[in-house]
Amino acid sequence: MKDFDKEKVILNVEGLQTYFKTDAGILKAVDGVSFVVHEGETVGLVGESGCGKSVTNLSIMRLVPSPPGKTVGGKVIFDGKDILQMSEKELRNIRGNKISMIFQDPMTSLNPFLKISTQMIETIRLHQDVTKKEAREKAVEMLRLVGIPKPEQRIDCYPHQFSGGMRQRVMIAMALSCHAKILIADEPTTALDVTIQAQILELIKALTEKFNTAVILITHDLGVVAGMCDKVCVMYAGRIVESSPTEDLFEHPMHPYTEGLIASVPKLDDGGKEKLFSIEGQPPNVIDLPPCCPFHPRCRKKMGICQAMYPPVYHKDEKHHVACWLYASKEEIDNALKEARDVRK
Amino acid sequence: MTKYIIKRLLGMIPTILIIITLSFFIVRIAPGGPFDGERVLTEAVRRNIEARYHFDEPLVKQYARYMFDVLRGDLGPSYKYKDHDVNYLIGNSLPNSIVLGSMAMAVALVFGISLGITAAVKQNTILDYFPMCLAALGLSVPLFVVAPLLQQIFSMQLHWFPTTGWFMTTGGGGWKTAVLPTIALSFAYYADIARLTRSSMLETLRSDYIRTAKAKGMKNSTIIFKHAMKGAMLPVVSYLGPAFAGILTGSIVVEQVFTIPGLGKFFVQSSFNRDYTLIVGVVIVYSIILVIMNFIVDIVYAQLDPRITYK
Repeated sequence: MKDFDKEKVILNVEGLQTYFKTDAGILKAVDGVSFVVHEGETVGLVGESGCGKSVTNLSIMRLVPSPPGKTVGGKVIFDGKDILQMSEKELRNIRGNKISMIFQDPMTSLNPFLKISTQMIETIRLHQDVTKKEAREKAVEMLRLVGIPKPEQRIDCYPHQFSGGMRQRVMIAMALSCHAKILIADEPTTALDVTIQAQILELIKALTEKFNTAVILITHDLGVVAGMCDKVCVMYAGRIVESSPTEDLFEHPMHPYTEGLIASVPKLDDGGKEKLFSIEGQPPNVIDLPPCCPFHPRCRKKMGICQAMYPPVYHKDEKHHVACWLYASKEEIDNALKEARDVRK
Repeated sequence: MTKYIIKRLLGMIPTILIIITLSFFIVRIAPGGPFDGERVLTEAVRRNIEARYHFDEPLVKQYARYMFDVLRGDLGPSYKYKDHDVNYLIGNSLPNSIVLGSMAMAVALVFGISLGITAAVKQNTILDYFPMCLAALGLSVPLFVVAPLLQQIFSMQLHWFPTTGWFMTTGGGGWKTAVLPTIALSFAYYADIARLTRSSMLETLRSDYIRTAKAKGMKNSTIIFKHAMKGAMLPVVSYLGPAFAGILTGSIVVEQVFTIPGLGKFFVQSSFNRDYTLIVGVVIVYSIILVIMNFIVDIVYAQLDPRITYK
């Protein structure tokens, strides 16, 4: 596996916080998420539904619907500049050009009222100084690259004339047409059937390697992570609980949640005798969460301190980080317990 | 597409024939007749009148006679306005109603769509609240209040426009006579269109493909007019068909207040008078307009939404 630490850091997310105002209180969808993406690296964001994966990425692009959502803290440094502080105009220059996105549902993500050609050409011409004819040639070229048969003719079709898998290919072609530095893929295969899933993932992998594009891949499928990602961040209740190079994560999972996730992947080699493992309980409601490890009600290894304070981050080595009390020394736990007791008083 | 258009046009003929047949019989079910007054007619006079209008014949024969006349383009004599036949009455009033209705609809469309879009884009600001308040007023305040109020303010106090008259009749005054009735009539339609536009624009702006457009780095104005407009206009277009037919015949209040010789008066009065031929005549006009408008709406729909194809 390639060592990406030597590459340039192109995206640095630091302490990102995105909150939603709801009638029930403030929903902390993303609460202090940090990670870095190197040039050409594929980073996986894994977690259950509702853990804040998508909101993290919408926040990076400043696409969180506001109101009710608001990014209240943190930094998203791209190319030395904080995206969260940019003007609308600077932001538009980043979106679709430097960082582009593909979404979960290809059936609704393309505009049904406009031809594929219109939608692709407008993207290319928005960010590149080319004539309409050149842009069209470029679009056809991209469609051929993603495996659309007869792209010269198909480009003048409307989205509803394509199947789901083909539409996702079109989305990928559109997203990569400006040679973006980062491709954010928000569960790109969830809405597709299994055979198509593999094709689409292969396509993303091949094209991003070709263009040296970094990928942030959001998924809840650990199989996808194992096949695609260089690095994995496991998210739970709006925070990253463990991040590590992929191989290390599968071999030595440190957080009990990660262990649970890996254990709940069906295995083909055990003869089907064992019952599939599942993590008991439900993810917590992230509205007005008290200071504690949000995973503790479902954790098999929980301790007293887990209910009183959020665990600090431990570094197993340079690349493997985990937020769990299991790796704290006794002294630290005692100090934290004392502190928690003081706060309560 | 051409095949579809021809098919639809041919399909209109039986629709209209059925409407004529139904209305011919339904109006005769209503108690009373065109010649029932307070004064009891003598037997001889009654017979004479009935013979003149063929009321003494069996109903089926009357129907056949009427249908034959209608197919020749003759809507028959009016039983109430004895100097004129139905063709003359409708022919004189329909153009006024069409002009008034079209102007009112144009005004309603321009303001309804532009303010509706502004309201959706600037949701929960003054630019949203003000047009929507206006729309709520337009929906809730009846026309017989709005119209005299406009006369009171703009005619009696400010003297900008005349109170009554209609520029298409001889000696009816200039273009100024058209302003107040147009505004009054367009008000309720503005309200509907603005609210429809706002809600469907809001829904469209929340859709996934708009998020895609934003993620591509498109400008807000491009997103609204190029990406969202077509989808947002669909409900408005389907509303326009029946609304346009309704605005032509439903302008009775405005016509009465501003003394405009329009079709709306006959629509209401003919029913009270049991003026059978005039009722059916107006119904025919109304249904032809409605059927044509619905046809146009379907065609426009297919132009807007590529997912709809007609064969």
